[in-house]
Amino acid sequence: MNSAADIVFDEATKTYPGSVRPALDALSLTVPAGEICVLLGSSGCGKTTALTLVNRLTELTGGDIRIDGTSIREQDVIALRRGIGYVIQQAGLFPHLTIAQNIATVPQVLGWPKPRIEDRVRELLELVGLPHGEYGDRYPAQLSGGQQQRVGIARALAADPPIMLMDEPFGALDPVTREHMQDEFLRLHAQVRKTTLFVSHDIDEAVRMGDRIAVLAEGGKLLQYDTPERILHAPADDYVARFVGTDRGLKALTLRRLSDLTLEPYAGGANGTALRADDSLRTALSALLAAGADRLPVTDADGHPVGTVTVDLIREAA
Amino acid sequence: MTPMATGPVIPDFGTVSPCVRDNGLFCADWFAANWSSVFWPALAQHVRLTVIAVGIGFALAFALALLAHFRRWLVRPLGGLASFLYTIPPLALFTLLVPVTGLSVLTAEIALVAYTLMVLFKSTLAGLAEVPEAVRRAGLGMGLTRREILVRIELPLALPAIVSGLRVATVTTISVVEIAAFIIDQGLGSPIIQGLQSPFNTQFIGAGLLAVALALAADGLIVLAGRLLTPWATMRRSA
Ligand SMILES: Nc1ncnc2c1ncn2[C@@H]1O[C@H](COP(=O)(O)OP(=O)(O)O)[C@@H](O)[C@H]1O
Ligand SMILES: [Mg+2]
Repeated sequence: MNSAADIVFDEATKTYPGSVRPALDALSLTVPAGEICVLLGSSGCGKTTALTLVNRLTELTGGDIRIDGTSIREQDVIALRRGIGYVIQQAGLFPHLTIAQNIATVPQVLGWPKPRIEDRVRELLELVGLPHGEYGDRYPAQLSGGQQQRVGIARALAADPPIMLMDEPFGALDPVTREHMQDEFLRLHAQVRKTTLFVSHDIDEAVRMGDRIAVLAEGGKLLQYDTPERILHAPADDYVARFVGTDRGLKALTLRRLSDLTLEPYAGGANGTALRADDSLRTALSALLAAGADRLPVTDADGHPVGTVTVDLIREAA
Repeated sequence: MTPMATGPVIPDFGTVSPCVRDNGLFCADWFAANWSSVFWPALAQHVRLTVIAVGIGFALAFALALLAHFRRWLVRPLGGLASFLYTIPPLALFTLLVPVTGLSVLTAEIALVAYTLMVLFKSTLAGLAEVPEAVRRAGLGMGLTRREILVRIELPLALPAIVSGLRVATVTTISVVEIAAFIIDQGLGSPIIQGLQSPFNTQFIGAGLLAVALALAADGLIVLAGRLLTPWATMRRSA
C-alpha cells in the first residue's frame, strides 16, 4: 500500500441529479504511478467533480475509475478513502484538535499503536517543515494559512496512502506563499512519490507542478492530456491555446534551465550580471533584455564560470 | 395556598436588634440567625430542583437533537413542540399539570423540564450544524464514518453552543423554580412568597439575593467548565 498506484479514468461520467448535461463527460485518462497530474480548467468545468469521483465523495453515474486495476466501485468506501490522501483549499483542519491530533486522526481510526502514531506525526511535521516541539501542540487557529495547508498535507499523508487528491490546495494563499508551497510540495513529492491528482485553474501553477496536464472545458470535456511542454508548444485547439495564454512562448521558457542548453564557451562579461546554470530560460531572456545585451556569462552555484548564453541560443531552444 | 412547613420565623420583638425592630431592608443578624433553619434548606432545595430539571432536560433535549440531526425532517416538528412548551407561561403550565400530578415535586419538575427543552434542543442542534463545510468534507474525505464524524468532530465543535444553551437553561430554571413555590413549599421561592405576604423585609430580600447569587454562581461555574472543555475556542493566534 505504501508504493504509488496508477489511476485510470475510463469514460468516467458524472451527471448531477436534476441536471441534463454531465458535469464530467466520459473522461478517459491514465495517471501513471508516482506522477503528478494537474486537472486544469476554468471554474465549473468539472475539476472538483473529477477529483471527488476518485474518493467517492461524488458517485459515478457512468464509466469507471480503477486504482491499480481495481474498480473503486468494488471497494468499501471507507477503506477506499483511508487509502487516499485528500487536501482541500481551506485545509479543513479540525479546529478543536491540536496540529498533532489532526495529523493523528486517520492512524487513530485505523487503530495504529500509540508509539507508532507519535513517531509518524513527528516524522510528518518534520517533513513539512513544522518541528513537532514548536507546532505539535498548537491549534489550527494559531497557524498562518500556509502553515495550515502544510498540516493539511501532512494529515493527508499520515497513513502513507499511495494516492493524493489535492483540490486547489494553494488557491487561498498569497502569491509569494503559494509559490513557496508549490516548491515545497514538489520537493516533498520527490521524496514520497505519491500518485497525485492536483486541481488548478492557474496555468502557471499547472506548468510548475504537473508531470502531465489535463485541460478540461465547460461540460467536463477533456480537451488535451499532455506534458506541460506539449500543452505549451502544441495546444490541441484554439480553446487550449487561449487558456494557456498568448505568453505561452514565455511560459515554455520557464520549463527549461540554462544547464539544459549547450552554452557557448565562457568569455567573461559584464560584472555582477552573470546568470546561474539553474536559472530558467525565461529568467535568462529577461536578464538579456534588461541588460540590453545579446550575450551574458553563466556560472554554477559557486560562481565558477560555465559558459555564455546568447539570445539566439534561447530562440533555438524555445 | 398550602401551609408553609418551614414556618416563617416571626421575630420576637423583645430580644431583637434595632434593625429587626424597625423592619430594616436587610438585617444581617436575623439572616444569620435563620440561615440554618430557613435559607440554607431553601437554597439546597432550589439547587436540587434546578439540577434535576436541567439534567433531565438536557438528556432529553440532547437525545432529541441527535435524532433530528440524523433525521432532518424531525427538526421542524420537534423544534415546534419545544417552542410551544416554552411559550406557555409557567403558572399556566403548573395549573394545567396540578389536576394530573397534584401539588407535587413531580408537577414542578415536569414543568421545569419542559422549559429547558427548547433552548437546549435548539442550541445542541445548532452546535452540531455549526461544523464548517470544509471541515466536514475533510473528515468524510479522509474516510471517517458517520459515527466517527459525530464523536470526533461534530460533538466537540458543538460544545460551545451546548454550553451557552446550558447557561441560559440553568439561569432560566433558577428563576422559574422560584415560581414553583406556588405549588410546592420548596426552594427560595417559599421564603420570598411568605416574605411578600408578611411585612418583614429581610426574609424576602435575603431569599431574593440568594437566588440572584445562585444564578450568578451557576452561570460562572458553567462558563468555567466550558472553558476547560474547549481550550481551543478561546485560543486565537496567541502563541
Ligand atoms: N453537488 C452538486 N450538485 C449539482 N451540481 C453540481 C454539484 N457540484 C458541482 N455541480 C455542478 O457541476 C459542474 C462542475 O462543478 P465542479 O466540479 O465543482 O467544477 P470546478 O471544480 O471545475 O469548478 C458545475 O456546473 C457545478 O455547478
Ligand atoms: Mg472546484
